Parts: sequence; structure tokens; C-alpha cells
Amino acid sequence: MYKVKISNLVKSFGTGNVLNGINLNIKEGEVVCIIGPSGSGKSTLLRCINALEVASGGTIIVDDYEITNPQVDINRVRRNIGMVFQQFNLFPHMTALKNITLAPRALKLLNKEEAEERAFSLLKRVGLESKAHSYPHMLSGGQQQRVAIARALAMNPDVMLFDEPTSALDPEMVGEVLGVMKSLADEGMTMVLVSHEMGFAREAADRVIFLDDGVIVEENEANELFANPQNERTKNFLNMIL
Amino acid sequence: MSYIDLLRESWPRLLQGLVITLELTVISLIVATCLGLLFGLLSISKNKFLRGIAGFYISIFRGTPMIVQAMFIYFGITGATGINMSAYTAGLITLALNAGAYISEIFRGGIQSVNPGQMEAARSLGLSYSMSMIRVILPQAIRMMTPALINQYIITLKDTSIISVIGVRELTQSGKLIIASNFRSAEIWFTVGLMYYITVYILSKAGRLIERRMSYVQSKNK
Repeated sequence: MYKVKISNLVKSFGTGNVLNGINLNIKEGEVVCIIGPSGSGKSTLLRCINALEVASGGTIIVDDYEITNPQVDINRVRRNIGMVFQQFNLFPHMTALKNITLAPRALKLLNKEEAEERAFSLLKRVGLESKAHSYPHMLSGGQQQRVAIARALAMNPDVMLFDEPTSALDPEMVGEVLGVMKSLADEGMTMVLVSHEMGFAREAADRVIFLDDGVIVEENEANELFANPQNERTKNFLNMIL
Repeated sequence: MSYIDLLRESWPRLLQGLVITLELTVISLIVATCLGLLFGLLSISKNKFLRGIAGFYISIFRGTPMIVQAMFIYFGITGATGINMSAYTAGLITLALNAGAYISEIFRGGIQSVNPGQMEAARSLGLSYSMSMIRVILPQAIRMMTPALINQYIITLKDTSIISVIGVRELTQSGKLIIASNFRSAEIWFTVGLMYYITVYILSKAGRLIERRMSYVQSKNK
């Protein structure tokens, strides 16, 4: 019933603890938005979920795989966890189509025809069918990010992680990316995102989590948290960004 | 004897020398590029021991003159172990190991210049480290490495002349032998120099062409 179970997660870099005992359970189909001041550990928390950062303590279970266990085949688990980055990180030497077909083809999950068929339908879904043969540098930021979402979806993940997906975009391109994310949320994708898009959080998120100094300070349904923050730190933070 | 007659007389031997020079260059660079890839990867490994091996190899071959390396491999190793090795083989080994050390550093630099986000994106799709390296990182790294790599290839082509000290009859040694019999050192060294120059010229033009071919996407992406 829980897609992601995080218990007592600790992450330290050198001397300081970035995450200080995080407990967070995410249900299937739930959309969770993580907010917090810079340096609060929100990206680190997200990156621990697919082990781009290795947890220093505690456990994270995704899809019944305990990813904090060094014995687990991390490559296998990551197939089910899509990730979208702030800087898109498309592969610059490949067309949009190749970016999307790379993983399913390299991992021998689909043959060429099947992979391309899926890629085209994903490109259509993000509104970029006509850009299949374009290289990333020929695309705008918003288009690149939509290709990046399609690339993550090509693996048929059942959890999607978004690390500030609209922070590197020009303002006029934010909407197109959020639109794709909204439709994903509506279809029941389990999503965890680090984002300060309050409008999106209000519309699509089931829960907003306020993180500060490596701990979850407060969590609530979006409208409730924004309108009626309980904790002093949450109030201060929301005052600054709203 | 006029310069033309001199050329006509010594041309076959010079050409033979050039062929040996090219052979040494091509074979040693193929081996050196493989060594460079291998040790370049080792030098960025998380494993301290593997990094140590790469660091040791690179520092030895960058830290000593190639002429000493050639002497050591040909006279030193054959003398100390009794292994029979032709000067040609010893020369090939020297060139490959020497260029391999420099090319390792070129690979390391190339790989490290690829945005770390590329590896993260590949890994987050479920690709293994080696698969990500092969499909995502190296194609980008090699594109950035091309100018440095071509430069090293040119240096190695010219460094084959050092192998003449152990008696391999490549272009420089052929020139020396011709001069020993006719004492026409100005004309012969000029000709030898010209032959190196033309070969390097062709190689660098080819390099430019390859560079241009490969730069279709990197240009605007930074």
C-alpha cells in the first residue's frame, strides 16, 4: 500500500548532518511536494530515494526493495523510479528519440520497433512528436524538460521523482512542464517533487512537506499548509516566498 | 651528384624507413589508446588500489625520458631476464607504454569534463556504471578529447625517431645510415625533416576533419 517507506533516514556529508531522521511514507498514487529553504536537505532527501545519494543511516523501501541495503540490485530498483532533474540532463549526443529509447533498448526490455513506438507515443503525450529527431541543443528549455520526462516514463516507472523541474526554465516555459506533470498526477502516478511552484502544489499535490535543517517541520494538505501554517519556521518561510 | 640524383639513389631506403615509422606509429597508438582508456578509467575509479596502479604507471612513464625507457626495455630487460626481444618489438612496447600514459591523462580529463548530471541521468534510468560509461559518458568525452588526442598522436609519430637509438631502421635511422655512406648530411636531414613534416601535416588535417565531423552537437550546448 505504501510505495515509498522512509524510516529514520540520516544523511551526513563530512561533519554535518544534512538529513536528521526523516520519516515519510508515500502511498501509491500520492503526490508529495517537498518545500523548504535552500540547504534544508530537500534535494538530498529526493536523491536518497533512488540512491543517487547513499543514506548514512535509516532505511528506504521502494516497491518492497530495501534500497538502503547494499545487497540490493540498485540498477534493478532504479528502473522503477523515474527521475527528472533541474538541469534536464538530456544526453546531448542523441536525438530526443534516442534519449528516450536508450534505456529500454540497452537493458533489452524492448526491441527497436517497440522502443520507438513507445517513444513516439510518449513524445506525443508531452506534445513533442515533431521533435523526435531533434538534438537537445535545438530544443528550448521547456521542450528539453518535457523530453526528459518522456525519457523517464519510457521505463514505465511507478514512482517519479522531480528535483526542482522548473527552476532552470524561463518563466514562459514553466506552464508547459507543469501541465505534463499535472496530467501525470491525474493519471495516478506516485510523485515526489522538490518544487516551489505553489500553484502546482495547490492543484496537484496531496500533501506538502516543509523541510528545514534536515527534519520534517510540518506537513499538511497544500491549501491548509499555505493558509494555516502551524510552525513558526513554516510561517517565516512562507512569508518569504508567497 | 645533384640533389635530384641523391634523392633518386636514397629514396628506396628513405621510403622503407618511412613505412617502418608509420607501422610503429599506427600499431603503438592502437595499443596506447586501449591502455589510455583502461588506465584513464582506473584513475577515476572509487577503488584506491586501482587508482594507485594507474597513478604509478602514469608517473613512471611521464617522469622519465623516452630515450631512457627505450634503452631500459631493449637492453635492460633483455639483459636482466634473458628474454629475446627484437629492437622493433622493444621500440613498439616503449612507444605504446609512453603514449599510453599521456593518453590515460587525456581520457581522465575528457571523462571528468562531462557534466556529472549525465552519469546521474543514465544511472537513474537503471543503466549500470559501465553501460552508462559506454553509452553516455565516453561518446561525449571522446568528442571533447579529440584535439588533445590528435596532438598526442602527432607527438608519438615524431617520437618514433627516438627509437632509432636502439637501432630500429625507421625514418631517422635510415637517414643516419645513408649519411654514414655518402656524408650528404644537409640534403638528407632536410629530406627526412620534410618527410616527417608532410606526414604530420596530413595527420593534423585529418584530425581537423574528424573534429569538425564530431562537433555537430557540442557547439551550442554549453
